[in-house]
Amino acid sequence: MNEVVLNVNNLFASYRKTNVLHSINIDVHAGSLTGIIGPNGAGKSTLIKTILNLHPPLTGSVKFFNEPFRKAKRRIGYVPQRGAVDWDFPTDALDVVTMGLYGKIGWLKRPTKKDKAKAYEALDKMGMADFADRQISQLSGGQQQRVFLARALVQDADLYFMDEPLAGVDAATERAIMTILQELKAKGKTVLVVHHDLQTVEDYFDHVLLLNRTVISHGRTAEVFTRDKIAETYGGNMRWMGASS
Amino acid sequence: MLSTLWNSNLGWVLLSTMTLGIAAGAIGCIAYWKRQNLMSDALSHAALPGVVIAFFILGEKNLLVIIIGAAISSLIGALFIQWITTSSRISEDSAMGMILAVFYGFGIMLLTIANRSAGGNQSGLDSFIFGQAAAMVRSDVITMLILALIVLFIVFIGFKEWKIFLFDQQFAGGIGLSVKGMNTLYTIVLVLTIVIGIQAVGVILMAALLIIPAVSARYWTQSFRTMILLSAVIGGLSGAIGTLISSYGRGLPTGPFIVVIGAGFFVLSLVFGKEKGILIHYVQYKLQRKNQLQGWKQEVGGR
Repeated sequence: MNEVVLNVNNLFASYRKTNVLHSINIDVHAGSLTGIIGPNGAGKSTLIKTILNLHPPLTGSVKFFNEPFRKAKRRIGYVPQRGAVDWDFPTDALDVVTMGLYGKIGWLKRPTKKDKAKAYEALDKMGMADFADRQISQLSGGQQQRVFLARALVQDADLYFMDEPLAGVDAATERAIMTILQELKAKGKTVLVVHHDLQTVEDYFDHVLLLNRTVISHGRTAEVFTRDKIAETYGGNMRWMGASS
Repeated sequence: MLSTLWNSNLGWVLLSTMTLGIAAGAIGCIAYWKRQNLMSDALSHAALPGVVIAFFILGEKNLLVIIIGAAISSLIGALFIQWITTSSRISEDSAMGMILAVFYGFGIMLLTIANRSAGGNQSGLDSFIFGQAAAMVRSDVITMLILALIVLFIVFIGFKEWKIFLFDQQFAGGIGLSVKGMNTLYTIVLVLTIVIGIQAVGVILMAALLIIPAVSARYWTQSFRTMILLSAVIGGLSGAIGTLISSYGRGLPTGPFIVVIGAGFFVLSLVFGKEKGILIHYVQYKLQRKNQLQGWKQEVGGR
């Protein structure tokens, strides 16, 4: 079995007085592509934010490549939810992608031409080269998401966290993103994706983490993504099956 | 003429209000994208009690001590706002409104007491309400200049960090930038800008110098860097021109003139600004309709 790249040990998290996550224990192995699945309010985004220390945990520890976040941060990539940012902000697509390099550029220094070239390359990979100097407010939802993916690509990380990258995007963008995720996996990188569409889980992910306040089940898709376990995660509400698609 | 201006006190005062305007314009852009314009208003009003208490303690008007007092008072206001917002069900804008009114009311109460005390009415403390740049002496100017340059230095040295912090806080945290640290730095820089401005512009109108240049600059550009630079220029010009005009009359307050000049820049931007200014918007709309109509006529064969 591959090296453990993410180890979450007995993690608890809350917002104000509401307990959101409890007793979270996860080991993620290198080269896996994991879908994080669960109903609304299950704490999927909170899990990612708490792992990345964007939200302070009540207790518990997280290790990346057997090291704390501070030491491993250069090897971690992150795609926040598209709705979390202000798309009216005055900047263009290329500039947003360049932000992916800020961690490596370091304080006080400005991005070089080489950095810009790298960012452009990533945009091109996402099929967005023609939009490099387009204002981000003028991009469609799918294009904005591609820009976010390109920004994650320039981070050149070994472990990626993506919060609903496929939410509200067009079919072409969904295919483009999934191709990139498969490529990352083929390169031995590890990717965790918060995902909401149960219909596509089996096609997209080799591992699944079923979450509802705590880990219901985690493992290979074939073993974990079963009718019983999904029902347990969604509290017996199975209307999604067959009804929607 | 320029050399006489330079040698006179007015030259120095102009230089300092211009630098203040530049710093306020730059910080105002950060406040604008933090969507916290009311915060600057609350914190500038919250500075007043500190001004008077510093005067009580020292017994005389020393700008540096008063600035320290104002900064402490303003920071206490900021902490209160944060505390109210996180530990009660009161929303942030209500908390800001409360702190603004309560601190300002308390400040005015203290000011009345100070004015009644011996020598208090000659203290010139009243000038902190609407600002009186003419009352500034050389040492005040130097204090202001140094602090304003520190503020500008902090903004420009961390330019890309500010940008990512404002655009995408979560991603900023994800690459290991301390969001909490940036928030603290932002509050400190904002308070510093406010307190160096209260002598020249006054606590009531100081917020306008932070808000107006930024919203004006927004009408001219789609680049964050250009917006900050432009906002700084508008702030600097407002500061200098407003001070110059107010210096023509004896005892005219500076703050209102600075704000009116700034408002002038805003109206110009609103009408002529190339990014969604009213005029360009109207012309674009008319052209678009004309082209559309022409294309349509051709399509239906000119009937």
